[in-house]
Amino acid sequence: MEDENIQLGPDQGDIVAEAQQEAEQASSSRALYETKMKFLGRTGKITALLKGMREIAAENRPAFGKKVNALREKLEELFAAHEARMKEKELKSKLAREQIDVTMPGRKAKKGGLHPITRTRQELIDIFAGMGFEVFEGPEIESEYYNFTALNTPADHPARDMQDTFYITEGFLLRTQTSAGQIRLMEQKKPPIKMLSPGRVFRSDDDATHSPMFHQMEGLVVDKGITLCDLQGMLDEFARTMFSSLSKTRLRPSYFPFTEPSVEVDVSCAACGGKGCPLCKGTGWIEVLGAGMVNRRVLENCGVDPDVYTGFAFGMGIERIAMLKYGIGHIRSFTENDVRFLEQFKD
Amino acid sequence: MKVPFSWLKEYVDITVSAEELEEKLFSCGFEVEELIYLGKDVEGVVTGKIVSCEKHPDADRLTVCKVDCGNMGEKQIVTAATNVFAGAIVPIALDGATVKHEGGVQKIKTGKLRGVTSEGMFCSGEELGIGDDFYEGAEVDGILILQKDTPLGVDIRPIVGIDDYIFDIAVTANRPDCQSVLGIAYEVAAVLKVPHGSFLPPCPYEAAPSDVKFTVEVQEPALCPRYIGSYVKDVGIGKSPQWLRRRLALCGMRSVNNIVDITNYVLLEVGQPMHAFDRRFLHGDTVVVRRAKAGEKITTLDEKEFTLTPENLLICDADRPVALAGVMGGLNSEIREDTREVFFEAASFARDSVRKTSRALGQRSDSSARFEKGVYPVFPHFGMLRALSLVDALGCGKPTKNWYLPHFCTLEEPPRKQIKTSYSAIDALLGIHVPKEEVNAILARLGFLIEDMGSDFVAMVPHWREDIDGFPDLAEEVIRMYGYEHITPTFLENATVTHGGLTSAQKEELRFKEVLAGEGYFEAYGYSFYSPKDFDLLRLPEDAPERHAVTVKNPLGEDLSVMRTILAPTMIWNVVRNVRRGNEAGRLFELANVYLAEDLPLVSLPEERKHLSIGLWGEGDFFDLKGAVEAIGEAFGLKFTYCRCEKPFLHPGAAAEVLLGEKSVGWLGELHPEIAEALALERKAFFAELDYPTLMRKARKGIVYRPVPKFPAVERDLAVVVEEKVTCAEVEACILRACKAATKAELFDVYRDARLGAEKKSMAVRITFTPDPAAEKGLSPETVDGFFKKIVGSLEHTLGAHLR
Repeated sequence: MEDENIQLGPDQGDIVAEAQQEAEQASSSRALYETKMKFLGRTGKITALLKGMREIAAENRPAFGKKVNALREKLEELFAAHEARMKEKELKSKLAREQIDVTMPGRKAKKGGLHPITRTRQELIDIFAGMGFEVFEGPEIESEYYNFTALNTPADHPARDMQDTFYITEGFLLRTQTSAGQIRLMEQKKPPIKMLSPGRVFRSDDDATHSPMFHQMEGLVVDKGITLCDLQGMLDEFARTMFSSLSKTRLRPSYFPFTEPSVEVDVSCAACGGKGCPLCKGTGWIEVLGAGMVNRRVLENCGVDPDVYTGFAFGMGIERIAMLKYGIGHIRSFTENDVRFLEQFKD
Repeated sequence: MKVPFSWLKEYVDITVSAEELEEKLFSCGFEVEELIYLGKDVEGVVTGKIVSCEKHPDADRLTVCKVDCGNMGEKQIVTAATNVFAGAIVPIALDGATVKHEGGVQKIKTGKLRGVTSEGMFCSGEELGIGDDFYEGAEVDGILILQKDTPLGVDIRPIVGIDDYIFDIAVTANRPDCQSVLGIAYEVAAVLKVPHGSFLPPCPYEAAPSDVKFTVEVQEPALCPRYIGSYVKDVGIGKSPQWLRRRLALCGMRSVNNIVDITNYVLLEVGQPMHAFDRRFLHGDTVVVRRAKAGEKITTLDEKEFTLTPENLLICDADRPVALAGVMGGLNSEIREDTREVFFEAASFARDSVRKTSRALGQRSDSSARFEKGVYPVFPHFGMLRALSLVDALGCGKPTKNWYLPHFCTLEEPPRKQIKTSYSAIDALLGIHVPKEEVNAILARLGFLIEDMGSDFVAMVPHWREDIDGFPDLAEEVIRMYGYEHITPTFLENATVTHGGLTSAQKEELRFKEVLAGEGYFEAYGYSFYSPKDFDLLRLPEDAPERHAVTVKNPLGEDLSVMRTILAPTMIWNVVRNVRRGNEAGRLFELANVYLAEDLPLVSLPEERKHLSIGLWGEGDFFDLKGAVEAIGEAFGLKFTYCRCEKPFLHPGAAAEVLLGEKSVGWLGELHPEIAEALALERKAFFAELDYPTLMRKARKGIVYRPVPKFPAVERDLAVVVEEKVTCAEVEACILRACKAATKAELFDVYRDARLGAEKKSMAVRITFTPDPAAEKGLSPETVDGFFKKIVGSLEHTLGAHLR
């Protein structure tokens, strides 16, 4: 071909080889870019070649232009390949640089938590709310009438000795039981009633297992045709939800002035499944709450006809439930507010 | 209530073991708190007769005895005891036996004493755990010498009375009739279904004639509804027989003399407290039961003198008090060794009267304990019969015919209380069907007389069961004997469906606590009462409203005597306790009632208001605590403002009143350094207290949705130089007031420099301008420039600020 005779200045092969060599030596994207510009930029070698076209005979110019274009394409290909290689290399080193110790501790917002009494109380409320119980809270400083008299415990009743009472003045006291809430609710509301009354109660007792202030949760159901069987049925359900799906309850006779018949309710020991262990003192049962059929006098005191309505009531110590549930050994722990104790009850 | 097994067996034919009986009692409502076998520590001790005693070849103080142990063979025992002799029958702990020793148990083994084999040990009364009341001679210094007719080679326990169980029974408050051996025996017979006679076994005695006449006058029939007196002549004071002393000892009572022992025995067996007066000291053969005069004095048997009030009931003779009714006899009329005539008293005193007297005087006795639980009016009669039959049986006096009663008492039994009901009423309450034959049989075993009228029946209540007063009581009697295992759980088959759950206020309260927990605070629970000194801790002035507190009349101590009017002291002590235990930093909150009384002493229930108390110590500062308050504000849509305030317990430079509008809702601040130092708190502690009901009243109710503006908000930073006294709140408020589009102004920097001038500071605030939701275009830079100018103008005008 006659084209081959045309002199195009520096050899094409030399330019490509030179570009190749310089591109290979480039250590960064920036250097590679600068090299690329040296060949392909506005002041680069290709531009210089094209500028030299003026000195070439007119008839040779098309062929010359074609050759320069081919050379540009070759160079562009060459640099594209190097750019890709450079990008990959740089990504690799960036990733390597950014490697972290994934086993280092995470950062989190400092969270607090609710007291185990609040948690247990809420858990109990959730169980009974699902069965249709509403929550009613009465005053902590109560009148003698609501705490005792209306609950069938007149002044000379020996049951008043069962609960050593803190008195304020004649007629006023710190409530010894949340049962006082029964009366206040029944005065406001007629049956059907399903009520829970949780709250602080006070007894003048202070030793390893007693605290002068603790919490109770009273439950009351008053409606037509309520029986002792219903009481046990409901408490079975409670025990299964609160302790273990295998929990059972056992009733045994007891005495409270405001219920008749009255029962103590034991729940099968969840720790040993009823076989007997230190927690249940080998009996397989744990005393959890007191209950009974609402005494007719109590209903009468609230203006509820005991010939039409019957009901049951139950009361439990929230601390006791929490102690059983979490294995807490000392009732004092609840009011000492040691943060190491409280920290264990956060979500 | 302690009941010996052997005593029960005298009245009930019991064939079950003590352990089985314990279970039976438990099932019918009598929890045995402790079942004690008296012979537990004494194993392998037998009787033996000393055949020969010889001096130990190598030890002066030891004696080598050959002992005939009956069918156990002959044993050689070396002893240091000096009271043994050939022919004596003694207890011998053989190889492998155990005996009591210094409060524990000692194991006996065959061994050599100075080279001579001893196959066991002779026992003293102490080693068997007994005193003279169990077995005569048990308290001698040395070995217990048994009676001559004691069989050889047999277990020692039955012989000395320790092969017995004590049932320590928890008797519920409705069953005072069971505060006695006979009461428990009646229940035992019923639960074991063993035939049983009347409550009181036959009490025969021969009544001698007498000319002596007593008058009994009861001035307070309400406090002493029943009084029976009886005269016993030809009394010979002496020791009681072994069986009686042993029974008293089993129940923890010491023998005194036969007459006094009889009163104690009747107390234990029948449940009737008795008293015996020496007739010589009962002036005028007269008994008057009356209230004490104010300031009147009596000295009781235990030689304690008491000054009385009309609250106290007295037994008096013609001249003077001779006993504190129901509590204790007087020293002036007690039984003495030379007493020849006795006046027995069996009475029923009102339980609250005895309780009040006993508490007020701090004087308790077995008698007062019984009366406090209640002694039914039928019991004095029972008690007197039993006492006189014992006098006769013991031959320690001659009961006489006449009994002395006040004019309103008779010995005739009142008619039985009748309860008419139906078998179906009992079934309906229990929720199961109990066959009527069962109902009848159970009630009959408990002493009821039943008139079966088909579907209805009448139950005639025994006199000693005053707790029974309606068909639910009968239902309880039936089910506790029929067995609670017959109850089949059901789930409210007849009940109406009701809607349950928390009210919205209760839900808000829980959310309130969760917000604080989310801010890193742990919930605390404190006692509702504290010490009056806690007000001093806060350095509250004498007339501070917080000191107007409800107080407990009978607190456990002064530390727990004042109902809280402010929660802060509890929180301060929480922090102190934590720091003392090495918890150097922490955050706590409590949401609990304070008790605010209008009038003291109370004439109506005080107001109970929930307060929020927060405490933070160790890590963090005032603004961390404030952050918690602000978090509550954010969660409940409350716009708090803060102004500097003074509280005697807070750092004067770091104390703020929290306001909602114009109303103060609480305070926050740093504990005053002087108080912190006094409490040895080395690191700063911060506290806050807010009035919860006010917060909740002003809280946003539910979510209020506003459309999102179409155009973005614009932020601009502003730095102004102001006087040092100008507060952040003032700057922010001024900005927001100056321009409606400025929806937020947040301080992000405070800078002080000499170049700014003395007492000056630069405050940098980021202002957010939000376009009106209805606006058709965004905020142009020119518009914002206009706002900015307006704000700067306002700041200059109101706060003397100038742009930096």
